Amino acid sequence: MTYSVRAGLKKFGIEHRFEVKNIYEYYAKWIREGKLKVNSDWNRELGLKFTVQDPCQIVRKSYGDPIADDLRFVVKSLVGEENFIDMVPNRSNNYCCGGGGGFLQSGFRDQRLAYGRVKDEQIRATGADYCVAACHNCHAQIHELSEHYGGHYGVVHLWTLICLSLGILGPNERTYLGDDLREVNVFHPETAV
Amino acid sequence: MLNGKTIDLGRGTSTFMRKVQDLLPEGGNLNMCLTCGACSAGCPATGLEGMDPRKFLRMAAMGMDEEVTSTPWVWMCTMCQRCIYVCPMKIDIPRLVYEARASWPRESRPKGIMGSCDMALRNESGSAMGTAPQDFAFVVEDMLEECRESQPEFADMEAPIDKEGAEFFINQNSREPVTEPEELMPLWKILHVVGADWTYGSKGWAAENYCMFLADDQSWEHITRQSAEKAAALRCKVFLNTE
Repeated sequence: MTYSVRAGLKKFGIEHRFEVKNIYEYYAKWIREGKLKVNSDWNRELGLKFTVQDPCQIVRKSYGDPIADDLRFVVKSLVGEENFIDMVPNRSNNYCCGGGGGFLQSGFRDQRLAYGRVKDEQIRATGADYCVAACHNCHAQIHELSEHYGGHYGVVHLWTLICLSLGILGPNERTYLGDDLREVNVFHPETAV
Repeated sequence: MLNGKTIDLGRGTSTFMRKVQDLLPEGGNLNMCLTCGACSAGCPATGLEGMDPRKFLRMAAMGMDEEVTSTPWVWMCTMCQRCIYVCPMKIDIPRLVYEARASWPRESRPKGIMGSCDMALRNESGSAMGTAPQDFAFVVEDMLEECRESQPEFADMEAPIDKEGAEFFINQNSREPVTEPEELMPLWKILHVVGADWTYGSKGWAAENYCMFLADDQSWEHITRQSAEKAAALRCKVFLNTE
């Protein structure tokens, strides 16, 4: 995880020559360089709406607004500018979803769901069909918030959307998506199990 | 009155807060609170256990060490740092929370977080699920073979472990290889499409670090050092986090 590595190297004075980066920055770079030829054609008629969760550990606690902007550039390239709705507040000022800090493993479930109410309301206010959560803890928490509070919005990994857009997402790599995305741009549909 | 107890303002000696101040540059600005409440107003943990960031800081400042170091609220604050972001004095309340967590006897800390940290210490993967390096390698090989066969466009795709001189040292959340291995493929395909030169490490491949959340410095350092040493040994240029 980006923050524990960055903060750990610094806190414990661990010497290193490599740079510590997050892959969102590279997704954006590869799209700009034309190496990832993504587009939003698949969503033109569908018109599914997307919002994005800014992971605290990666945005506010590590790289700040520049990586939040990269994240938005990637998501908009994938779903179409007109299908992206930001939460308010966002970027470095975003609210934590409640999945971080060990909360998911701490055993305090009721308090964790109460904590997440702010996030649930924020997502629902966008009216989005899906929330992009490119961090595992955020993904798990937001999925649970959607079920618990009855918002029924989906939660999607960034790599799933990238491969969907590229037309290389197999049927078994999208089992957690909603019915609205199950049949879209399926790569090798005959491999479904 | 606070929690039915009278606040003894005469006490005035905050050992805990002074200890944390000594750890931080500029003392973390811990004694600069203007009591404006911006932290609490924008904190999703406000109200849980009757606590909020401002109250927590004020209690520490007033020397209510016992309350501050025993409230379970410190496990409900995610240390997301939004309070610092909105604070006019940039007070490091999350660090106070971290040290309050660290003040709990290790065995009294939440079992789920402790268990995930202990699992990561079991072998050289650093995985919160205790997955051994050879089990990770087996899943990677198995999934790669399946993908190459069923999706022939990716017949020459690779998912190397310990490839020396690779540009990227990539880590992976253990939940993928362990509980949802098909989730490995989208990432590999993206890396293949862009022609990235990457590798996993047989040691320290796991992305998660619950020892940090457990506020167990020694174990956090061990996990970080293990990954960093592997990335350095492989002469990777970029330690690339997937989350």
